[in-house]
This record gives sequence, structure tokens and C-alpha cells, in this order.
Amino acid sequence: MRLILLVVLVVTGRVLAQEEIVIRNATILTITSGTIEKGSILIRDGKIAEIGNVKEPPGAQVIDAAGMYVMPGIVDCHSHIAITGGVNEGTLSVTSMAGIEDVIDPDDIDIYRNLAGGVTTANILHGSANPIGGKNAVIKLRWGKQAKELLFEGAPPGIKFALGENPKRSNFPPPSSSPRRYPATRMGVEDVIRQAFVDARKYQQTWQQYRQRKAAGEKVLEPKRDLALEPLVEVLEGKRLVHAHCYRADEILMLIRLAEEFGFKIATFQHVLEGYKVAREIAAHGAGASTFSDWWAFKIEAYDAIPHNAAVMHEYGVLVSINSDSAQEARYLNLEAAKAIKYGGLSETEALKLITINPAKQLGIDRRVGSIEVGKDADLVIYDKHPLSIYAVVQKTLVDGKIYFDRQKDIEARREIEKEKEMLKKQKQ
Amino acid sequence: MKSFWPTVLCLIIAINTAAQQPPTSYAITNVKVVVTGGKVLEPATVVISDGLISAVGSKVAIPAEAMVIDGKGLVVYPGLIDAFTDIGIQDVSIDGAKQQQFVQGPEQRPATTPWLIAATVFKSEDKRIETWRQSGFTAILSVPQKGIVAGQSSLINLSGEEAAKAVVKPKVALHLSFQSTGGFGTFPSSLMGIIAYVRQLLLDSRRYSKVRAAYEVAPQGLKRPEYDPAAAELAEILEAGLPVTLIASSASEIRRIITLAQEFKIKPIIVGAQQGYEVANELAACKCPAIVNLKWPEKNPNADPEADEPLRILRLRAFAPSTPAALAKAGVKFAFYSGGLSPKEALKKVKKAIDAGLRPEDGINALTIWPAEIFGVASQLGSIEVGKIANLVVTDGELFDEKTKVKMVFVDGRKFEIREAQKSKQPPEVDLSGKWTLTLNTPQGQQDVTLDLKMAPDGTLSGTISSHMGTIPIDEGQVSGTSFSIKANLSSGQRSLTISFYGKVDNKELKGTINFGDLTSEFTGRRPEVER
Repeated sequence: MRLILLVVLVVTGRVLAQEEIVIRNATILTITSGTIEKGSILIRDGKIAEIGNVKEPPGAQVIDAAGMYVMPGIVDCHSHIAITGGVNEGTLSVTSMAGIEDVIDPDDIDIYRNLAGGVTTANILHGSANPIGGKNAVIKLRWGKQAKELLFEGAPPGIKFALGENPKRSNFPPPSSSPRRYPATRMGVEDVIRQAFVDARKYQQTWQQYRQRKAAGEKVLEPKRDLALEPLVEVLEGKRLVHAHCYRADEILMLIRLAEEFGFKIATFQHVLEGYKVAREIAAHGAGASTFSDWWAFKIEAYDAIPHNAAVMHEYGVLVSINSDSAQEARYLNLEAAKAIKYGGLSETEALKLITINPAKQLGIDRRVGSIEVGKDADLVIYDKHPLSIYAVVQKTLVDGKIYFDRQKDIEARREIEKEKEMLKKQKQ
Repeated sequence: MKSFWPTVLCLIIAINTAAQQPPTSYAITNVKVVVTGGKVLEPATVVISDGLISAVGSKVAIPAEAMVIDGKGLVVYPGLIDAFTDIGIQDVSIDGAKQQQFVQGPEQRPATTPWLIAATVFKSEDKRIETWRQSGFTAILSVPQKGIVAGQSSLINLSGEEAAKAVVKPKVALHLSFQSTGGFGTFPSSLMGIIAYVRQLLLDSRRYSKVRAAYEVAPQGLKRPEYDPAAAELAEILEAGLPVTLIASSASEIRRIITLAQEFKIKPIIVGAQQGYEVANELAACKCPAIVNLKWPEKNPNADPEADEPLRILRLRAFAPSTPAALAKAGVKFAFYSGGLSPKEALKKVKKAIDAGLRPEDGINALTIWPAEIFGVASQLGSIEVGKIANLVVTDGELFDEKTKVKMVFVDGRKFEIREAQKSKQPPEVDLSGKWTLTLNTPQGQQDVTLDLKMAPDGTLSGTISSHMGTIPIDEGQVSGTSFSIKANLSSGQRSLTISFYGKVDNKELKGTINFGDLTSEFTGRRPEVER
């Protein structure tokens, strides 16, 4: 009897704890396994539990998406939102000790605005002021949560590199009081990165020797820890992803050669506007490319861009994504992806992959997000029209099965916000 | 007859000495004694001897040498503590060697002066000591605030004496500043760079003490460790368990500090904490004390009145004064600091916190015993108990009542009379209400300032002073006969300066002198020309 009671308690407890949501009557763009017309998705405890024609469990919250489209939440592979106290630690050539994780600003309204554009995951990168910049943070746009709750659990750590005009400070003259920072040429950029890895290798060996001697029972003093070299050792050991800002073909080849010399792989070339010129080499190295659709000519090194860049690199077997690098553009990445159909003739699914599963793969989080598959996180966007249409408007955005943006509720809340504002203004302050 | 002259001489000397040497003992009788917030003895006597409180109670013996002060109608409180200031050290510049033009990396220890102790550079000439004391503040935490690892704060009595006599506790807390400089100047410039730098510095410091100790035991045959004064000093500070003051105002800033403090294994004291109402329970859970900035956020008087303001700003403005009540309820130990306000203004802002739910007795505690506890001086300061330092403030009413006046202040047992603000001896003969355009002759040339005044029938002036730099409210103003005086406080960050105007009205013109800090200039004023 007691046992039965216990079982009942456990079962009901489990049922009560479960949050179940059904999205029904939707056109489901799974990205990785085709499109389902008038389909439904069952979400349980934040994960996608069933797809197709699911039986609605009693008590489940139902979202009727008749006439609407559901696709995976957009993954923005290059973003600078939600950072407080400066995007760049641009003072030194190597600032790998700095990390975005320390300075996430959960109150940045751009998190919410990006949600309203269907983005659910963003790769928050350090700026491009130096050849080796700071560590990145991959976040989920859980608006309203604390900074540490935004971090994408288990996402592989990464780091920002930068090549070309920005790290050599071509367009940013130093203040008259300070000397010009090295490097000032592309040769210098290469030298800084090579020297950093030479140092990192030496640092790695120092620690390896220390551990060996300690294991052998020797009394040895622990070596000094160097927070700038540790992330680079992780790169050498394949434990940290390199996201390299670049524009020109020559510097892309330079970094590929340098990485291969030291035995690591570049995870993504970012911007990579001349990637179409060296697509074969990028593919052979195994790097991803995260580019703009048609944004260029904002500086000399960005003049040789073509709108077909994403499609050409894709043709050559490069894993390609389209990113925003802009809090504003992140709100219509679906349309940026659509341009790859006009320029380069990608299929609709291939175009949508540029902002979903491809960036998820580039960031090493594709087991969790990037497509609508059973067992993946319920990070979903519901559009009223096909997301590649200029008329498509995001209706709801879900992260971990929780609705973080609801257009209808947002519109309704505006009146309440105005009321509260009026009330607060009237209070004697 | 022979013995007469020496006696007279002795008498004269005695009188002279008495006139020059203040009494060492006082007894305030018949007074309402607020021992700590919420604990009152009435009527009672407080006896001060040799700088300490020697007796408190209703039936205490008054020493023969004590100067007796009849405290009928008066209230005596523990002296107030301003828990975060730069009083006495405002002009101290950080070590010249640390102001490097171009820092190559963390090993150069940029903006790191842990050895700078406020007490060692304290200047008793700071005019704010008297201003603060006149409002009932008898001690301050003086905090070095320049740089990243700025230095160590000291608890100092506002007796106006030099550090040797005024310092109560020289090493109270280490001050760490995460204030980013921005730009691409010198490392570290961004918040993430500063945090990374501090992380590296703490690792280095903890290692340094280990390496140094190992070397000192048996130096022979070992390579001498590099001399790293910053790491060495910091290691000592950490080993001594000194708490660390860090500025954090918004909920997310406070959470960042709590997270980092756990990682860095430091005991944080949150300074600012104006959005503390959102994180009171988290502060309680980590046992983090807070020093709350009394300068509640206000709408910038120069802001475009039409401009839309986000809800979060309006909410912060409305709810910030409820932070002390929320902290008290959650069991967070907290103190107050003036945050650039004049001490008088600061006390008015405590009233705002009381209006927002703080118990008045906790308002007193947050200015007395709680800061004493946070700073580890509660056995010396913060309440009216036998054996504690005689820091007292005597008022003619409840501390937070606007009509209440501070009658006298004791610091280290020394009595300070409070100069009454010069009240009008004559009724006003002119009405200065309305706008005036003042022309100032300054070293930078002529400058215009606008006064917008309102005069009460007794001659009290209120209103604003505006220039191209902005608008500030008038703190004190008076017309007496045809003379007038106006005072205002200009504060920016931790700095605060008093501007005062003195002059006469002569044939519908104002003529007089303006004092601005140490600067003086002449001015003339006219009614602005009416547009036609």
C-alpha cells in the first residue's frame, strides 16, 4: 500500500512538474528533415518531445498556429549585444585574458529586440581591435534572467581573433598622448599571433613538465599562471574555438597556414568578405565562414565583396552562416538569409540553414539547437508568413519551451507600461 | 602679604589655562539619550571624560571637574558616520610611477596602489570636515578612489585634528574600482579587461606569498623571486582578511560583484546599492554588507522635459529610496554615505528612505552602529555606551525632523558649538523675487549666471542658480535689510564645492562677491531685459 502511494506520488509529482506545450496546425520548417504541413510539436520540460501529428496531452498549453510557420530559433554567430563596459579591450595586441562572460548585461534591451526578430542564441564576441582579443560567450536570449543564467550551458568556449585594418589600427589613429600600438601592418598581425602561440606552447610545456615532476614525487613549485596564455593553450589543445575577424583573401590564407603550423583549426572566419576567392582553401582547412549578405565597402578591405559570397562558399563545401554583427540587423536575419536565394540560388532550406543549423554547428551547439528535432531544446520562432518573405512578422519566440516574446502580449503590455509610467511620473520624486 | 602675589599669579595662570584649555570632562544632564536606534533613556545624564563616554544613565555621579550642560529639551545621539567619502584625501594623486603612459600588460601593475592608506595622506585642512561636523557627522570612512586597486580606507574622526589624533582605524577595507576608462588608451580600459587584470593580480598575489615564504626559509640554491610590491601588499591585505569595497548600484552590477567575490575569495562590501531593493535576499544570503548611496536618482533638471524616459529609469527613481527598508527586512547590514550631497541634504534623503518604509530607528542605526559594525569598530563607536569614544551629536529634536537643529557636537570628547546660520537681523527692505542676470568677472573673462529667486516674507531665499554648465538649487539664502547671502552646493561624483554669493542691493542692481571654493570674484546683477 505504501509502495503504491509512493509510486502515485512520484508519478503525479512528475506530471505536475512537467510543462507541456503543443504548437498545432503549423507549417513546420524542421530545417534538417523537411517541411511538415499542418503539423504539431509537443514540448515537454523545455525540450522538443514529439513532432508531426502529436496527441495533445490533457492540461498542455496549446498554441494554435493555423496558417503560421514554425522554425528553429535563429542563431546569430556574431553579436555584440548585452555587453557592459566596452566591447573591446583594445589597449594591447593580445588580450586573451579578458572575457565576455564577466560582463554580460542582462538588462540590455537589445536582447528583447533580437528575440522579437526570432533570435534565440547569440555568439557574443569581443571586438576586433587586436589580433588576439577576448574570450566569447554564447548566450541564450532568456530575457529577464540573470547574467549567469543567459550562458548557453555546455557551449564550447571560444575566442576572438582579428586580422587586417582593425588590429593594425588603420582607421583608428591613437590619441596623441600614446605611442602607436604594434602591429601596424598585416605582417605584424601575423607576427603577434605567431609569437603568442610560441609563448603558449612554452607555457603548455612548463605546466606539462611541472605535472610530470610532481607526479614523480618531486617537490616543485607550481608555475605562475598566465590568464592570457591559458586560452591559447586551450586553442592548441582543440578545447577552444577560434572566431577570426577577417576580410581579405591573403590574410585568410595566412591564418590557415599559421593555424596548420601550430596544429589547430580555425572554427569560423567572421565577415570573410573575400571568402569566395579562397573558398576551396577554407573548405580544405575545415573552417566555417560567417558572413554578411550584402554589407560592404565601409572600408578599403571591404571593397571586393560580392553578394554571392555565401552561396559560392557553400558551393565549395564551406559550412556557411550569415550573422548580424549589429543589434539592429539581428532583428531580420531571416531576410538576410533570403538574399542568398536571389544572389547565388540557394534553396529555401539551404538559405534558412545559414541562420539556424549552420551557425549552431559552427559554435558546436548543434546537438542542442539549430533544427526542429526530437530531443533538441524547444527554441522556436513562430512567423505569420514564410520566414523568407519580406512580410513575415515574428509572432512568438520560445527559448527552452518558454515564451520569451509574444507579439500580441507585447502590444497589450504597451498600454500597461504607459499607465505605469504616467503613475510613476506623477509620484513626487 | 608676602604670600599674596604668588596666589594671585597662580589664579591668573589658572584662569588663563582654563580659558585656553577646554574642559576634559562634560556632563549633559536631563537629556534624552538615544543609545542606539530604538533604545532610549529619558531623562538621563551622559558623562564624558578624557575623550570617552564614562557614564550613561539616570542616576550617575557627576565628576567635580565636569562642565555641566543642561540638556533639558535636547536629544543626544551617537555621532553620525558618513560611510564612504574622500574627505581629507580628495587631492591625493596616485603614485606618479603608476600613471604610466603606456602599459604593456598586467605585470606592470597599472593603477595599482594597495599600499596607499587614507590615514597616511589625510589632510585635516579639508574644509568639509567642519561642514560635515556641523550637521552631526563625527566620523567618516575616507576612501582612496583613484585607480583600480585604489588603496585602503581609514576610519577617521572629524575632530579637525591631524591624522595622528583623528584616525580611529587606519586599515578598514581595500577599495577596488571596476570603473572602466573606455577608449584605447592604456591597459586595462574596458570592464572585462579590468576584471581580467584583477583576477590575474589576485592569482599572482596568492602565489607570491607562497614563493616568497619558500625562498625565505631556504634561499640558498634557489632563484630569487622578483620583487613585486603590489602583489606583496595585496597578499598581506588578503591574509589579514580585510573586506573589499566595490561600487555596484544596479541589481545586475551587484550580482556581478557577488559572483566575482566568491570566485576571488574576498569579502565584498557593496557601495552604492541603489537597486538593492531587487537583490536584498541575495545580499543577505552572501552576508554582504552594503553602503547605500543617499543621493537617490533624480531627473536631471536640465533634461528635455518632453523626452520619453524608459520604464526602468522611472522605476529606479521611484523605488531606490525603498532599498534601505528592503535591506533591513532581509537582514542585510547596511550603512549610508552622502554620495556627493551636502551632509544636510544627505540627512533629508534618509528621511526619504523612512518615508519609503525604513524604520526611523534603523535610519539612525545605519548612520551609527551599523557602519561601526561593518568597519569593525563597534566596540569604539556607534552607540552611547560606557567606554566608547565620545562622539556625540546633540540636537533640539528628532534627528530626521526638518525643523531640528544640531546644537553641539562632540568628537573625541571635544565640544564643538554649532554656529547658527546668520539669520536676518533686520527685516528685508527689498524683494529679490524673480530673475536676475549676474555678470561675473572671472580669470576666464566675463560669465553670466542667472538667479531665479523666491523670497519669503522673513527674507529667506530659495530658488535656483543657472549657468551654461547647468542648474543647481539654492541651499540657503537670506535677505537682511538691503544685504543678501546665497549658498549652494555643487557636487559631481565624490567632489563637492560650495558656491556663495554675498552682496547688497543698490538702486535695483546687485553688487557683491562670489566665493567658489578658493576662488573669489566680483559680480554685478540686473533684472533681465524683457523681450519686446
